[in-house]
Amino acid sequence: MRGRVLSLAALAGFAGLLIYASFGLPNRGDASAALNGPLSPAGTPNAATHYIRNPERDAKTPNMVTVILADYRGYDTMGEETVILTAGLICFLILRRTRSRP
Amino acid sequence: MGKFILGHYAYWFIFVLMALGFYGLVVKRNLVKKLIGLAIFQVAIIMFYVSSAVKTGATIPIIDPALGTADTSRYINPLQHCLMLTAIVVGVATSGVAYALVITIWKRYKTLDEKELLERMKDDADPE
Amino acid sequence: MTRNENDVIISLMSRVVSPFIMLFALYVIFHGHYSPGGGFQGGTMLAAAVILVRLAVGNDLAQKQFPRAWATPLGSVGVLIYWGTGFTALVFGGNFLDYKFLPLAMEAAWRRHFGILSIEVGVGLAVMGILTAIYDDLLEGDPRG
Repeated sequence: MRGRVLSLAALAGFAGLLIYASFGLPNRGDASAALNGPLSPAGTPNAATHYIRNPERDAKTPNMVTVILADYRGYDTMGEETVILTAGLICFLILRRTRSRP
Repeated sequence: MGKFILGHYAYWFIFVLMALGFYGLVVKRNLVKKLIGLAIFQVAIIMFYVSSAVKTGATIPIIDPALGTADTSRYINPLQHCLMLTAIVVGVATSGVAYALVITIWKRYKTLDEKELLERMKDDADPE
Repeated sequence: MTRNENDVIISLMSRVVSPFIMLFALYVIFHGHYSPGGGFQGGTMLAAAVILVRLAVGNDLAQKQFPRAWATPLGSVGVLIYWGTGFTALVFGGNFLDYKFLPLAMEAAWRRHFGILSIEVGVGLAVMGILTAIYDDLLEGDPRG
C-alpha cells in the first residue's frame, strides 16, 4: 500500500516536472517563434528555413522530408539502416535453431 | 492566459502519456508489461516532436507550385518529421530485439516475473 | 486458438489482396518525391503484404510466396545498395554520399534526384527484409510448429 502511494506520487512528480518545464516553450503553431524564423538564436542561418527554400532548386524534388532524409541528412539515414540490419542479425543469431543436432 | 493554455495544452496531454509509459516501465514486475510501457513512452516522445512542428494556416511540407517557397510560414516545419521517421523505425527494431531477448529468457528460466527471475538467476550462480 | 488453414474465405482473400498491397507499396516508394512516402513507408507496407499471407495461411504454406531463407539476405542487399551509391560517389571524385558526382549524363540537380531514388529503393528493400526476418525469428520458438 505504501509502495503504491509512493509510486503514484513519483509519477505525479514526473508529470508535474515536465509540465513545469513546458512553460518555457513557445506557443504551438506560432509562425514567428524562434525555431521557425530566418535566423537561429545563435545568429547562424536557420536549418528549417534553408530546408524549406532549397529542395526544388537542389534536387528537383517537391517533397522536403524525402530530400532532408536522403540528401541533406543522408548520414543519419545510413546509421539508421545499419541499426535495422543489426537488429535483424541479432534476432537471427539469438533465435534460429540449428538444424543438425546429433 | 487563455492564449497560453491554447498554445500549450497539447504538450500537457503528451506529458501525461509519457508519465504513464514511464510508470509501466519502472513499476510493473512482468517483463512484457515493461516493454509495453517502453513502447508507450517512445510513442509519446514522437508525438511531442511532431506536434511542435505545426504553424497555424500552413500546409503539408510538399512544395506547392501555386505557393512557391518565398514565404516559409506557409509550410509546416519539415525537420521534426524527418527526425521522427528515424525514431519510429529504430523503435520498431529495438522492440524486436527486446522481444527476442524475452523469448530467450523464458526458454531458459521459465518465468517472466522480475523478482522470480532474479532469484532463479542467483540460485543459478551460487552452486558454482 | 484454432489453426485457420482450413478457413477458405480468409485464405483466399489474403492471397488475392497481397499482390495489390505490394503494388501500392511500390507506388509509395517511387512516388516519394512528389507525395508523402518514401523508402521506410513503402518497405513497411511490403513487409505487411508478406506477413499477411503468413498469418492467414500458416507458416508452412506461406513459404511458397516468400521463403524464410530470403529475408535476411534481402535486408543485406538493401544496405549494400545504399552503401554502394555512397561509394560510387566516392569513386567518381566527390565526397561520400555526394550525389552530384554520380556517373549519369544529366545536370547536377537531376543527378541528386536519382541519387535520392536509389537510396530510397535500398532502404525499402532493407526494411522489408528485416521486418519479415524478425517476424520469422520470433515464430521459431512456437511449439506448435
